[in-house]
Amino acid sequence: MSALEPTTLSAERRAGWAWRPFALTLPALVLLAAVIGYPLITIVLRSLSEPEWGVQNYAWFFGAPVNLAVLQRTFAISAWVTLVCVVCAYPYAYLMTAVGPRVRLVLVLCVLIPFWVSGVVRTLSWVILLQDSGVINSLLRSADFAGIRLIRTQTGVVIGMAQVLLPFMILPLYSVMKGIDIRLVQAARSLGARPSRAFFTVYLPLSLPGVYAGAVIVFILALGFYITPALLGGPRSTMLSTLVQTQVLSLLQWGRGGAMGVVLLVTTFLLLALAAPVMRSRHREAGRR
Amino acid sequence: MNPRPENRGAAIELETVSKAYGSFRALDGVSLGIEPGEFMTLLGPSGSGKTTTLNVIAGFTDVTSGKLRVGGNSVVGVPAHKRNIGVVFQHYALFPHMTVGRNVAYPLTLRGVDQAKRKARVAEALDMVKMGDFAHRYPSELSGGQQQRVALARAIVFDPPLLLMDEPLGALDKRLREWLQLEIKRIHRELGTTFVYVTHDQEEALVLSDRIAVFNRGRIEQVGTGRQLYDEPATLFVGRFIGDSTVLRGEARSDGTSTALGIAGETVTAPRRLTGEANPVMLLRPEKLSLRRPDQKAAAGANRLSGTIAEAIYLGSGSKYEVKLGDGAMAIVRSPLTGESFGLGEKVELCFDGADAKLLPDDSTADTTLT
Repeated sequence: MSALEPTTLSAERRAGWAWRPFALTLPALVLLAAVIGYPLITIVLRSLSEPEWGVQNYAWFFGAPVNLAVLQRTFAISAWVTLVCVVCAYPYAYLMTAVGPRVRLVLVLCVLIPFWVSGVVRTLSWVILLQDSGVINSLLRSADFAGIRLIRTQTGVVIGMAQVLLPFMILPLYSVMKGIDIRLVQAARSLGARPSRAFFTVYLPLSLPGVYAGAVIVFILALGFYITPALLGGPRSTMLSTLVQTQVLSLLQWGRGGAMGVVLLVTTFLLLALAAPVMRSRHREAGRR
Repeated sequence: MNPRPENRGAAIELETVSKAYGSFRALDGVSLGIEPGEFMTLLGPSGSGKTTTLNVIAGFTDVTSGKLRVGGNSVVGVPAHKRNIGVVFQHYALFPHMTVGRNVAYPLTLRGVDQAKRKARVAEALDMVKMGDFAHRYPSELSGGQQQRVALARAIVFDPPLLLMDEPLGALDKRLREWLQLEIKRIHRELGTTFVYVTHDQEEALVLSDRIAVFNRGRIEQVGTGRQLYDEPATLFVGRFIGDSTVLRGEARSDGTSTALGIAGETVTAPRRLTGEANPVMLLRPEKLSLRRPDQKAAAGANRLSGTIAEAIYLGSGSKYEVKLGDGAMAIVRSPLTGESFGLGEKVELCFDGADAKLLPDDSTADTTLT
């Protein structure tokens, strides 16, 4: 081919090549279809077809107040976990941007090491810490305080889940914060803003995309938590996944279990759709160097 | 912003200000007085202490020792947000999540200016930098030069008595830079505010400043008008940093009234001598040097050095030659268009009047810190 007539050729060729980048995503798409798409469709179908076709499983779910209470509690616990994670992760992620590379490595490892320990082991160690005769209560008693009930309460569940989910908040926050030009805060100071004002008017708004990203991940992961609430919670802090497990594995009610899963999924999507306009920032490149 | 009192700029006094980072002395006993309403440029190579001085005045950096007064009051220990000083940064530092209008209104909001007044003053400041039509844009939608003009508006909108600028044009291309230099000069004239301007570009310093403070290694080498620095450099460093120059080094002999330098078998003399023991060098400005062919007769009493044309540059208004001297040193000569022209490699004689040679003590930092 001649280098002198590239226009017509490359136009043709470009049309032929346009699909190639998508071809690269094919393995991922196939995998997703197999492990997410197929089971999801199965769940929806079984929730409508077992034991017979119809919406009886959904009617059962919405007809029993206890189910609705558990659904509400699932969202409430997830919201608390998200809040605790934001409060704990924000200063931690900020510290990661402020220190030198060596200290930063230590901070990153502190986030990731628990991440690599099995969830069951971590939750069991929370049992040791939180139980009535556990470390926290022994310390309180030795300091002449009354012991507090942590295990088998909602508080215990929130503490355990927040610890497990903290990395999912810290990492997105850190990635946004490290892109914020800290000199903007200096500029705000020179214009007359005292440090707290400079933070709330400049740094915080620029870090919000990280808060939103982390919050969405943590909230959604928290909705589906099973092991931690099962081990740390009591009967009054049951979450939806425990209920699903009971229906499916103990009572072999696949239809009801599926219906609960679909309800959780749909409600989550609805919440995300409501939150989306708030989270969409006009200038996504805001504060990037 | 409306009624501007005469002479509304603040005076600044630095008295033996030092700043140490561990054993490194970023500022080493800097003393500088800036008049109200003056345009003072802090000029020097990177790491010379000029930006540290600016940060000290702005309140971003604490001094290790020394005194600092702005408008007659000591500001040592006063946090940046209480100093009421406008700062323009090289990186613009506009808030990306706010429109141009809100960026400029920011310092007014902090000061509790009511909305009607705020709007008027924002419009006035934006008009002053010719960005009045851009109030609703976001910084990311502006070019570098536009962003810097908005940053300038934001720094003057609250009427600070002092404006600091840290290489504000450093990231812009040459033409835009030259145009904005004139804009900054105009704004300085209109406001009457004291301006302190940091740059490493000596041409920019000459264009803008009433006076220039030349920094080197954490100290001020000389303070003066551009003309003083060019004609009467106090040190070799200043002479080399401001304008083109030729430095002649050689074996020095001084008698009571004159100094002679022996350079590769030839001798040049200047009718002056240096007090003290320092080793003297001669500094010559390009327009004080002339070239002639070896066969031509020179004026009586003129110094002559033989050399070879190493580079000939046509400048439009004249020509610039680099001449390699017998000892390997380079001389820079500017000659008018009407003069003779010389070709590369041509043997020439470099002539100058000894009275035009500036005798200065040799200073090794003058060579090493220049890039």
